[in-house]
This record gives sequence, C-alpha cells and structure tokens, in this order.
Amino acid sequence: MTPFLEVAFYVAGVIAVLSTALAISRLVAVHALLYLIVSLLAVAVAFYTMGAPLVAALEVIIYAGAIVVLFIFVVMMLNLGAEARKTEREWLTAKTWIGPVILSAILLAEVIYLIIRAGPHGAIGDVVTPKEVGLALYGPYLIGVELASMLLLGALVGACHLGRPAPRKAERSI
Amino acid sequence: MTGVPMAYGLILGGILFALGLAGLLMRRNLLFILVSIEIMLNGAGVAFVAAGSRWGQPDGQIMFLFILAMAASEVSVGLALILRLNRQHKTLDADAASEMRG
Amino acid sequence: MLDLLWLVPAIPFASALALAVLRFPRKIVAWIAVCSIAASTVVSLLVTASFLSAPPTANAYTQVLWTWLNVGGFRPEIALYLDPLSLIMMVVVAFVSFLIHLYSTEFMIDDDGYSRFFAYMNLFVASMLTLLLADNLLLLYLGWEGVGLCSYLLIGFWYRDPVNGLAGRKAFIVTRVGDTAMVIGLFLLFHDLGTLNIQQLMLRAPQQWHIGSGAAIAAAFLLLGGAVGKSAQLPLQTWLPDAMAGPTPVSALIHAATMVTAGVYLIARTHVLYSLAPSAQFAVAVVGAATLLIAGFSALTQWDLKRVLAYSTISQIGYMFLALGVGAWPAAIFHFMSHAFFKALLFLAGGVVIKALDDEHNIFRMGGLRKRLPVAFWTFLIAGCSLAGLPLITAGAFSKDWIIWGALSAAHGSPGLWIVALVGVLLTSLYTFRMIFLVFFGEAHTQVTRKPGNAMLIPCIVLAFLSIAGGYLKTPFARFLETTLPWDGGTGVVPASEIGSEVIAFLVLLLGLYLAYLFFLRKKAYATTLVSSAVGSGVHRFWFSDWGMDWLYDRVLVRPLVWFARVDKGDFIDGFYTGVGRVNEIAWRGLSRTETGRLRWYAAGIAAGSIIFIAVVLFL
Repeated sequence: MTPFLEVAFYVAGVIAVLSTALAISRLVAVHALLYLIVSLLAVAVAFYTMGAPLVAALEVIIYAGAIVVLFIFVVMMLNLGAEARKTEREWLTAKTWIGPVILSAILLAEVIYLIIRAGPHGAIGDVVTPKEVGLALYGPYLIGVELASMLLLGALVGACHLGRPAPRKAERSI
Repeated sequence: MTGVPMAYGLILGGILFALGLAGLLMRRNLLFILVSIEIMLNGAGVAFVAAGSRWGQPDGQIMFLFILAMAASEVSVGLALILRLNRQHKTLDADAASEMRG
Repeated sequence: MLDLLWLVPAIPFASALALAVLRFPRKIVAWIAVCSIAASTVVSLLVTASFLSAPPTANAYTQVLWTWLNVGGFRPEIALYLDPLSLIMMVVVAFVSFLIHLYSTEFMIDDDGYSRFFAYMNLFVASMLTLLLADNLLLLYLGWEGVGLCSYLLIGFWYRDPVNGLAGRKAFIVTRVGDTAMVIGLFLLFHDLGTLNIQQLMLRAPQQWHIGSGAAIAAAFLLLGGAVGKSAQLPLQTWLPDAMAGPTPVSALIHAATMVTAGVYLIARTHVLYSLAPSAQFAVAVVGAATLLIAGFSALTQWDLKRVLAYSTISQIGYMFLALGVGAWPAAIFHFMSHAFFKALLFLAGGVVIKALDDEHNIFRMGGLRKRLPVAFWTFLIAGCSLAGLPLITAGAFSKDWIIWGALSAAHGSPGLWIVALVGVLLTSLYTFRMIFLVFFGEAHTQVTRKPGNAMLIPCIVLAFLSIAGGYLKTPFARFLETTLPWDGGTGVVPASEIGSEVIAFLVLLLGLYLAYLFFLRKKAYATTLVSSAVGSGVHRFWFSDWGMDWLYDRVLVRPLVWFARVDKGDFIDGFYTGVGRVNEIAWRGLSRTETGRLRWYAAGIAAGSIIFIAVVLFL
C-alpha cells in the first residue's frame, strides 16, 4: 500500500466520522441526509484505499445513490416545514442526548479495547478485484445471492402494500 | 510491507457504529432513527471489508453486498411504515406509538 | 370359653357403630344400647367363670387378634390380655356400665339426641374395655384416647349451650397435657426397652434399669403425668368439676366409676416400673395425699350437688393414688371397685333427685325429700355411708380402711400419710353428711314434680346392695390378685395394729357426722356465722374455687397464650411465605415499568445489555 493510499485512508476516515457526527445532530432532515451522503462518499474512498474497488463503487451507487435518494423522496413527500425544525429543537435537549452519548461511548470503548487487546493483526493490503468477488459470489455464496433476491422481492411487495393510498372506509390496518 | 493495520479499519467501523447508535437513541423523529440505522449498518460493513481486505479474500466484500441488499429492503419497508404511521398519528414522533406498554 | 374375650369390647363397638350410622326409633335404640352392654357383661362373666374354674398358665391369658403394625422391629398387636387385675376391672366396668345404661334409658327419655347419646356411651364402654384389656401400651393408649374423646363428646352433649362446649374443651385440653406426657413416656420406654408389650416391659425393665436409674424415674414420672391428667389429680384436676355440665349418667359412668380410674389402672399395671423408681412412687403417694385433702376441702363449700360429688371423686381417687404410692397395690384396686359402686350410685340417686325437682342442682334449695323420694333417700344414704366408710356394713369401709392401714404400714408408708388419710376421712364424712342432711332432711324448698320410674330405680337398688356386700369380698380379692399385685400385709414397724387403725378411722367418721349434724341440721346459724366472718368468707371462697387453681392456670397459661395469639394475628411465620409473594409482586411492578412501549427505550436496553455482556466476557 503506497503511502498515498495510507494518508487517503486516514483522511477519508476522519471525514467520515465528522460528517456522521454532524448528520445525527442536525435539526432539518435534509441537512442530515446531505451530511450522510458525504459520510458515505468518504467511506467509499476508504473502501478504495483498502483495496476493495467493487464495494467502493457499490457504496456510492446503491447506498448514496439509491437508499439516501429514497430517504429524500420521503422527506419531500412528508413536507416538513418550519414547525418541524422547532419540534426537533425541543426534542433534542441536553438531557436527551447525554445518556445515549455515554452509552455509545462506553460501548465504543469496550469494542476498541477488544480490538486492541487481540494483539497486532495484519495490515490492510492487496486489492481484491471485482472478478474475484464475482467468482466467489456465484460460486460458494450462490445461495446467499438467491436469498438476497428473495429478500428484495419481499421488501418490494411489502413496500408496495404498505405504501398504498388510504382506503375510503374508516377501517384501517397498519 | 507495512500498511494500515486492520485494527484501524475495525476501529473506524466501530466509531461509525457507535455514532449511529447514539443517533438512534437520541432522536425522536422516526426519519432520523432510520438514518441512524443506516449509519450503523454502514459501520458494520466497513468492519467486514477491512477484515476481508486483510486476508485478501473476497468474503468481506461479499458480506458487505449482502448487508447492502438487506439495508435497501429494510429502508424501503421502513419508510413505507413511517408513511403509514404519519397518516395515522399525524406525527413522526417515535414515542407516539407506545400503546404496547404494561 | 376364654376365647370369647374379644367379644367383650367388640360388641359395644359394633353397637356404637350401628347407632351412629343407622336410624332407629327410640325404643329400638334403647334396646340395642342396653343389650349390647348386657351381652358384654354376660360374656365377661362367662370368661370369669372359665378363668376361675380352670386358670390358664401363669394365671394370665393372652388373645392375639391381629398384628397392628410391623415397622422396623416395632410390632404392636391388637391383643387382649386377661389376668386377675384386668379381669376384675373388666367385670366391674361392664356391670356398672350396664346398670347406668339401663338408668339412662329413662333419664334421657326427653332428649332429642337419644340415639347420639347411646352411640357415644357405647363407644365409651368399648374404648374403656379396650384400655383395660390391652396387651401393649399402644393399644392401651388407643383406648385412653377413645375414652378421652367420648368424655369430650358427652360433656358437651348439650352443645347448644356454649358453656357445655367450653367444659368439654377444658376437659379435653387438660387431659391432653397429661396425654402428651404419657406419649413421651411411651417413646422413652420403647426407646430404652424395645417393646411396648406390657408383660415384656415388666420383665425387661428390672433387667435393664437398676433401682433409681434416671430412665426409670423419667418414664415413671411421665406415665404419672398421663395418669394425673386422666384421673383428675393435682395439678390437672381442674377439668372434672366443670365436666359436671354433662348429663348425670355421663357423670356417673365416666367421671366417677370408670374413666377417671384409668390412671389408677395404668400405674397398677406398670407397678414394676414404679418399684424401680422410688422417687416416682413417692410422688404418686404425695399427689394422692395432697389431692384428697384439697378436693375434700373444696367439696365442703360447693352448693351444686354434682360438684360436691365431683370433688368427692377427685378425693377418693386421691386415696387410690395414695395406696399405689405406698405400695398397697391391691388396696387401690379394691377401693376402685367399691368406689365404682357407691359413687355411681351417688350420682344415679342424685340424678333421681335432680330430675324429680325439675333440674334443680342447688342443695340449699332442696330438703325434706326423705319422705317424697324414699328409694332415692335410702340408696343415697347407703352410698353416702359407704363413701364415708361406715365399718362392717359398707364396702367403702373395707377398702378405705385397707388404704389407711396401708398408708401406715406398707413398704413406703409413713405416719404422716396415715394422718393425712384420717383427715381425709373427717372431711369425707363432713361433706357427705352435709349433702345428705341438706338434701333429704329439713324443710322442703322445692317441690317434687315427677317421680322416677323403675328403669331409674332398679340400678340404684342393685348398686346399693353391692355397696354393702362388696366389702365382704376383701380376702378372696387379695388372694386372687396376688399373682399380679402382691401385698405383703404390711411390714414396717408400727405401734398400732390394723384393728386399732380401723377404730380410729371410725371415731373420726363419727366426729365428722356429728359436726355435719351440728352445722347443717341443728344449728344452721353456726355455719352461716362461720362463713360470713372475714376469715371464714375468704377461706370459703378459696376452697370453693378449687384452691384458686383455675385462676392460677388462667393467669399463667391461658392469658399469655391468648395474648400471643392476638399479637401473632398476622402470623409472622406465614408472613415469610406471603412475603415471598409480595417480593414477587414488587419485582413485577418494577419490571413492568420497563415496558414503556417506547422504541428508543428498548433500543437503549439492547445497547446496555450488549455493553454488560461484553464487559462480562472481557473481565470475567
């Protein structure tokens, strides 16, 4: 791994962390989503430096390009206005975030301790080409692919059903 | 040759996961909760890819692909649910739907 | 003929069962009840005839019916043991019971619970006979408890009045105290000697225990405890006066002639044990002596006819205990026999009087019945003389003089006990003739409303005859009992001879008679001034309340128990178990508060849980 890629990894990592931290603390939904996109892009760069170009691309295309776009569609549909921003401010008091932050910090500390304690591992290194991934995917992991497709089918059907317009009658089911 | 130790990749994943968890617990708006879930999934994926890269095997990336597929389906269904909830309760407050208490 | 022995207790059992379970019209009930006891008596007489004409080996006959238990080397049997002692007692109990049953057919004629009464009475007789004929102490204890149960049922026979129920309960609880001591004694005997078979015990005890050994003394004292409870001696005598709440035939049968002598029987049966424990035997004598005095004083002050007789019973059984305590075993049994006759007669004749005066119990409201109820008067007089001990013509004299002589001359006798016995004679004569003079002489305060019928009078007459004639059986009696209850005719260095003692006793009796005549017939004023004086009224009240024992027991035992029961109303032991439930409830309440229904709360729970798990894995 060239030093350039190493530096790129650290920079991308820092950006990802920062933008994620910002994303979870915005008051307007769209701002949060934008910061999320930045985070995802940074992570994609990190993937590239780790020698995983396929997932780097997929991160951008699917995660940032499809999932977050879906979020934006819904946000636009919901049409949250200025009073939403005020509500968010009320809901995000110091009393509210201090507990979760402490909880997550403890968890993070434990996880880092676990990782470090396990001793020196190896180094992230060589590139794993998309060809290798493809061969593995349609080789040993074939069943996973099929299951994933069924999962997506289920999600499709579910989302279709749930997203139907409201029926005229009073009786509703969620 | 030396490179970025795998530990740092795992730690990056861990930090992203923790941030997502914090966001999940902090925010009351359901949309933000979903966003935080996505962040957590992403973090997990980073850890997988880092590990796979250390051993030079495609398994890490394949795992990330599956995570991606799952995230996509979960987001679509989740957003549909949020829309229904909004239609019923006229709000995106996660605490509004708390009738199953005891 | 001897193998008919099992019928003696079995017939009354069967009739009790029949009367309890089935419904018969009154006449049939009377016939069944009386005939069953009559049959039992006839069989016992047949057995006696057979025993006397052809005595079995070792002068004892055992009839084993079946094995009751067989567990770990403990093998009590349902077996009947017949030797001179149990033979005499069996015959007396059966015959007196027969007469009293006959009497009750008329006495209880107006009562609703006619059938119930006879069922209980028959059951009682069956239990008593079982007790007497029992081969081993466990079967004896069965009979013991059976008579205790029937006593409770019959004392509280008129259950609609709570006072009677209270009296029944008191009797049961007080005798229970004695029974518990007895059971512990049985445990001790079994533990040390390995058997409860009475004959085996009497063989093994001297082998294993030397005279004065701790175990023998303990066992003897414990059995004494049981005997004291059942026979209403000090300190457990408080129940007998209150037991007079039951019908008069019950008082006659259970509380005069039979059940209360069960303690005497027990001690006589296990006399080998008492020979091994001289201190226990001395205690028996002391208990007897003290009781006969205390009860005698109390009898002087009572106004209820039946209560006078109750205290008199306690006192006479004290004589029997005294006899046992000094080692004059056959004297005690002889006195039991004559006492059964004259005390049952006193109760029955007294019952005639009470019934005739329409249920009047107060002797100060009776009087002048000599002419109106002649049969009752003469039989009562004969019985009273027998009780007091009029020499040569009454059975009571023979038996009581035997005891008084034994108190002086027997192996463990002493002049002190002899003096006490003589004081007892004075008291007996005093209260007996007080009773007779107040009830039958003087002016009539209450009129006679109904005359007794034959069913009530015939038993009285028969018993009166026995109260006179029974005494002449003394020498054959002693000879008959020699094998089981030896009597050495009195050893000890004594200044007076036996005749001398009897003469002194007679003189004391006459003194009592004269005093009673003086106070209660001639100059009634003396008695009233004596009682109304300051000292006199205090003493009178003290003796009236049975020397304050009821008050004492109430203060020392009953009140603390009731207080504790009230304090423990919440039942602190149960509190532990309800506490478990309550802890669960609190935990439930706490845990259900974690079910808020809020999404983020649950997510936080998951996060916290995973933190804890990881921490556990890392650091433990």
